Amino acid sequence: MVDLWDGLVQAFWLVVTLDAALVEISARSLRVTLSALAIASVIAMPLAAFLAVKRFRYRRAVIALLNALMGLPPVVVGLLVYILLSRSGPFGVLGLLFTPTAMVIAQVTIIVPLVASIAHQSLRDLWHEYHDLLISMNVSQGQKMRTLLWDARRALLTAALAGFGRAIGEVGAIMIVGGNIDHATRVLTTAIALETGKGDFALALALGFVLIGLAIAVNLAIHSLSRTEREGRW
Amino acid sequence: MMKRVLAAVAVVWAAGVAQAEDVMRMAVTTSFHNSGLADVLLPEISDDLGLEVQLLVVGTGQALKLGEAGDVDAILVHAKAAEEAFVEAGYGTHRREIMYNDFVVIGPAGDPAGVGEAESAAGALQRIEGAKADFVSRGDDSGTHKKELSLWRAAGLEPERFGAWYKAVGAGMGAALNTASGMGGYVLSDRASWLNFGNKGGLALLYAGDPALFNQYAYIPVNPARHGHVKAELAEKLEGWLVSPRAKALIDGYEIGGEGLFVFNAQ
Repeated sequence: MVDLWDGLVQAFWLVVTLDAALVEISARSLRVTLSALAIASVIAMPLAAFLAVKRFRYRRAVIALLNALMGLPPVVVGLLVYILLSRSGPFGVLGLLFTPTAMVIAQVTIIVPLVASIAHQSLRDLWHEYHDLLISMNVSQGQKMRTLLWDARRALLTAALAGFGRAIGEVGAIMIVGGNIDHATRVLTTAIALETGKGDFALALALGFVLIGLAIAVNLAIHSLSRTEREGRW
Repeated sequence: MMKRVLAAVAVVWAAGVAQAEDVMRMAVTTSFHNSGLADVLLPEISDDLGLEVQLLVVGTGQALKLGEAGDVDAILVHAKAAEEAFVEAGYGTHRREIMYNDFVVIGPAGDPAGVGEAESAAGALQRIEGAKADFVSRGDDSGTHKKELSLWRAAGLEPERFGAWYKAVGAGMGAALNTASGMGGYVLSDRASWLNFGNKGGLALLYAGDPALFNQYAYIPVNPARHGHVKAELAEKLEGWLVSPRAKALIDGYEIGGEGLFVFNAQ
C-alpha cells in the first residue's frame, strides 16, 4: 500500500515538474503508437470494408483468421519481426532493428487484426441496412466501400481507439525489437518493466499512472477533435 | 474531422529529434546496467569522444546472440567460457578484460539454512541444498546463471536433479530478486544489482568473499570481417577509452552507500 501511495505522489510530481526524461519517453510512446495506428488503420479499414461488401470463396476463412489473430501474443510478433529485421535476417540490410521504426512495424502487425475485426463487425451491420439501396443504385464496389467507411466513421473511430489501447500498453514485442535503449527506443511500457526489474515499484507505478493518464487524454482529445456525441447519430 | 486528427498526429511526429554525434550499439548484461555504473560512464564517454553508446540491456546469452547476428557493434559481458567460444568462432575480434565485481549469496535475514556460517561458496550452496530451502535461479542462460550452475557443480551437486525448492524463473536479475523477496528464498546475485535493488523486503546479504565468486567483465568488439556494417572504428575508440586511466578512476571510484563495487583490471 505504501508503494501505491508513493507511486501516486511520484506520478503527480513527475507530471507537475514536467520531468525531462518523462516527457521524452511519453512523446516517444505517443509517436510510435500513433504512427502504428495511422498505418494500421489505412490497412485495416479498407480491408474491413472489402470483407463486408465483397463475396468470395474464402471470405469466412479470412474473417475467422482475422478474429483469431486478435489474440496474437505480442511476444511472438516481436520475435518474428526481430528475426526478419536482424542483420542476419532477410531485411537486415535496412538496419531497422532497435529503432522506433521496428517498434512501429511490430505494433502495426499486432493491431491490424484487431482494428479490422472490430471495423468489419460494424460495417457488416451497416451493409445490411444499405445493401438494397446501394445495389439498386448500381454503384461500383469502390463506391460501396467508400460509402460504408464514411457513414460508419464513428464506429471506425471506436475500432481505432481499441487499436490505440492495445498498442500503447504493449510491452512484449517492442521490448524485443526496440531493445529499450535510453534516448532511442525507451517508451513508457518498457521503462515500467525496467523499473520493476530494479525493484523501484513506486517509480514504475508512477509511470503506469502517467500511461493511463496519457491514454485517457488521447481518447478525450480524439473525441473532442471529431466532435463525437454532439452531432446526432453519425 | 479526419484533417484535425491527422494534424494532431503530424504535430506529435514532428516532436522527434535527430542526433548528430557518432552512435554505436553495445549489448551489456543486466547486472552491469543495474549497478548504475553505466549512468556514470556514458556521459563521460559522450563528452570525451563525442560518441553516443546505445545500451541494449540483456542477459549474457542474448548479448552473445546479438553479437553473432551483427545487431550490435560490441558486447560487454561476464561469462569467460562463452566469451572465448564467441571469439574462437570468429564472431568477435578479441576479448579484453576490463574490470570485475563479485557475486553474493542473498537470502532471508533469519537464514534457516545457516549459509552465513559457510566456509566457502560451495559450502554455502551445500547448506541450501541440505536444508531444501527455496532457491531462486535465474534460469535464463545469463552470465549469473552460468556462474550459479558452475558453483553447484563445484559443490558436487546437479541442479537438474533438484526438487521443487529449486525455482528457475527464467528472468533478469531484478525479477529474480523480486521473486526471492516475495517468497523469502535464497538467490545468487551480483553485488551491484543487490545494492541498487529497491525491494529488499526481508532479504539480507548472507555470504560473500570467496574468490570463486569473482565476476570478470570483458569487452568484445564484433568482428567486421563477418559483419561489414559493424562500426569497428567506434568500437576501437571505445575500447581505448575503457582501458584508459580516466576510466580506471571512474570505475574504481564508483560507490554505492560507501561501498566500492568494481575493481578495474584492464591490462
